[in-house]
Amino acid sequence: MKDKFSINVVWSWLRAALNAMLVPVLAVFTAMVVGGIIIAMVGGNPFDAYLGLFQGAFGSAKAWSETAVWATPYIFAGLAVAVAFKGGLFNIGAEGQLALGAVFSAWIGYSLPDALGFDLPAIIHIPLAVGFGVLAGALWAAIPGALKAYMGGHEVINTIMMNYIALNLTSFLLNGAMKDPSPTNVIARTPAIALSARIPPLMDGLRVHWGFFLALVVAGLVWWVLWKTKVGFEIRTVGANPDAARYAGMDVKNIIVLTMAFSGMLAGLAGAIEVTALNYRHELGFSMGYGFDAIAIALLGKTHPLGIVLAAILFGGMRNGATRMQFVTQIPTDVISVIQALVLLFVAADAIIRYIYRIRTREDRVVLTRGWGG
Amino acid sequence: MELKRFGFIAAIIIVLFSVVVLIGSSQSSPLIIIGSMIATTIAVATPLTLGALSGLYCERAGVVNIGIEGMMLAAAFFGWLASIYMNSIFGWAALPSLIGGVFFAMLTGGLFALLHAVLSVTFKVDQIIGGTVINILAIGITGFLNRQMFFDKGSIFGGNVPHAPGTLPSLGKAINSICNGGCDGLVNSISGSVIDQKPIALLAILLVIFTHYLLFYTRWGLRMRAVGEHPRAADTVGINVQRMRYANVIIGGLMAGLGGAYFTLESVPSFEPLMTNGRGFIALAAMIFGNWTPFGAWAAALVFGASQAMQINLQIFRESIPPQLAVLQISYVVGLTPYILTMLILTGIIGKTTPPAADGQPYEK
Repeated sequence: MKDKFSINVVWSWLRAALNAMLVPVLAVFTAMVVGGIIIAMVGGNPFDAYLGLFQGAFGSAKAWSETAVWATPYIFAGLAVAVAFKGGLFNIGAEGQLALGAVFSAWIGYSLPDALGFDLPAIIHIPLAVGFGVLAGALWAAIPGALKAYMGGHEVINTIMMNYIALNLTSFLLNGAMKDPSPTNVIARTPAIALSARIPPLMDGLRVHWGFFLALVVAGLVWWVLWKTKVGFEIRTVGANPDAARYAGMDVKNIIVLTMAFSGMLAGLAGAIEVTALNYRHELGFSMGYGFDAIAIALLGKTHPLGIVLAAILFGGMRNGATRMQFVTQIPTDVISVIQALVLLFVAADAIIRYIYRIRTREDRVVLTRGWGG
Repeated sequence: MELKRFGFIAAIIIVLFSVVVLIGSSQSSPLIIIGSMIATTIAVATPLTLGALSGLYCERAGVVNIGIEGMMLAAAFFGWLASIYMNSIFGWAALPSLIGGVFFAMLTGGLFALLHAVLSVTFKVDQIIGGTVINILAIGITGFLNRQMFFDKGSIFGGNVPHAPGTLPSLGKAINSICNGGCDGLVNSISGSVIDQKPIALLAILLVIFTHYLLFYTRWGLRMRAVGEHPRAADTVGINVQRMRYANVIIGGLMAGLGGAYFTLESVPSFEPLMTNGRGFIALAAMIFGNWTPFGAWAAALVFGASQAMQINLQIFRESIPPQLAVLQISYVVGLTPYILTMLILTGIIGKTTPPAADGQPYEK
């Protein structure tokens, strides 16, 4: 045991971590430079814009709190995409899974006390509401998983199609059966969830809630499941080499379905926490764009839970700080989407970054997805 | 493509048409309804057909392209923007501005495709990730510029959405204006008929035929299929694999760009963020269902077009929808058909599809 913690081991671990962070950090830097050029091209001052962005994201306790609020669903959704990547699957459907998780969590949140006729204690109601959201996300993702495993339907197109179906379904429910019946309401949203289903904020006066803490715990749990359990080993083996997994006697088809369900669970959790800890209801359209952001976060974090937490805080900070940036410099918040797309571009095409900065070391290529045939 | 699949496609289209004819029978004659359904189907299938052709050029050459959605969205925006510039700032007439807009839309598609080619052919990035990059980039850039240019007080148009030069004229109107009212007989027989389509819709059909010819009857097509099926063999006989892939991905981008032009220059004279609404992905499904052949992809695009045409026509006849069906919220159900159909197609229930053998694999010399 003593050996395991010797200074050399710690040193080499640190070096590996720094090495792994080199390309993502340079990718973010390069994307910010290109983004700055775009801001300058439309007549803004990039330095003022980035100063506003930074102050808005990390300049005060309130800024930190809002950044954590933004980062929470990003951590869950980023983990969702990363788990699928580890299993050799590309889940573009986090958005739909998240929306359905939010809808079902809200449904349990507002309807259960009335349906039962008595108030539930929070210790039962919160887990039930969150649990239903998680279940909805898991089942929604398991469908494309099963189609992939048993019928060979490629999960990329199927998860995208499931997004549109989820969007239509959500719109159908929020405009119909689940619409907030209060006379002043004109928008597609559910009624507010019961007080007993609400996750409290971490401290008074700030919006940051226990969901952020939960996201950090779940990130640790995902790491533990993927690297320390049998099922995690199976997921990673199927992801790295399905043929080898089959020869080793693993049930590849079931593991594919399981991986997608695991992934959808995390995306559903993102939606459930947004409802139970932040918005206290689900509103149509709030989840737009989370799916794509989640992919960028998973790749920026190199599909490692720790990396994803850092990437989610960065992206959350950008989204949060963008409001102040727009206030100070009149640059629309949408520029953040451009910068995030550039981050993804440079992370995905790390060869560009290696070329620009003359980085010699080359890591092993990780197979993320396969073509239609496989 | 085998006969069975065409039969299946015909069956779906007939079912969709019959439902509309039945529901609308109290308000209009079947022939008129069928005529309008066919015309709408061809029109709304246009971006799907062009998107499917875009995917076809890329994938037959061995490059998976899931960025069609983003290419179309960006092309829709920049084509529209260019037409506005030509019309209201350079003072061009409406029609030249629109044609110029189509040109710029295709250019935009081509440039995004060039980026995809650089990523997937030169840098050998995972092609599905590369396509996702294109999609996110297109959403970001169009959303940002749309707001920056039109909804900002300091912008060139002072915070107003400017007056766009309208949409491209249909065939009947175009002929009418060309002969200056001198060929009424021809115009009358075209107007209101099924072939009275707008130019991009007609061009899409011609491109289907052209692509079929190119792919199966020319040297270029043979080389294209060779680099998609067995790049090493192609390389051995002296075909430049990288160059062939670059060229075809860019041609695919031009097709997607033309498909994007449909949205803002032919269908409606305005741009909205995210307006392609998944059509690029459905086009990809049409290509797969069509088994990577031009006519197959077109037939599949028509199925999706028919389900969308059904939705549009049911909206017109919504008073005649029997109350029993209204409970099912028929517009929501019909709205889901393209997506569910796409998933069914991918499962292979409706017949097996075979992608090009080297689809999605970077070529290492």
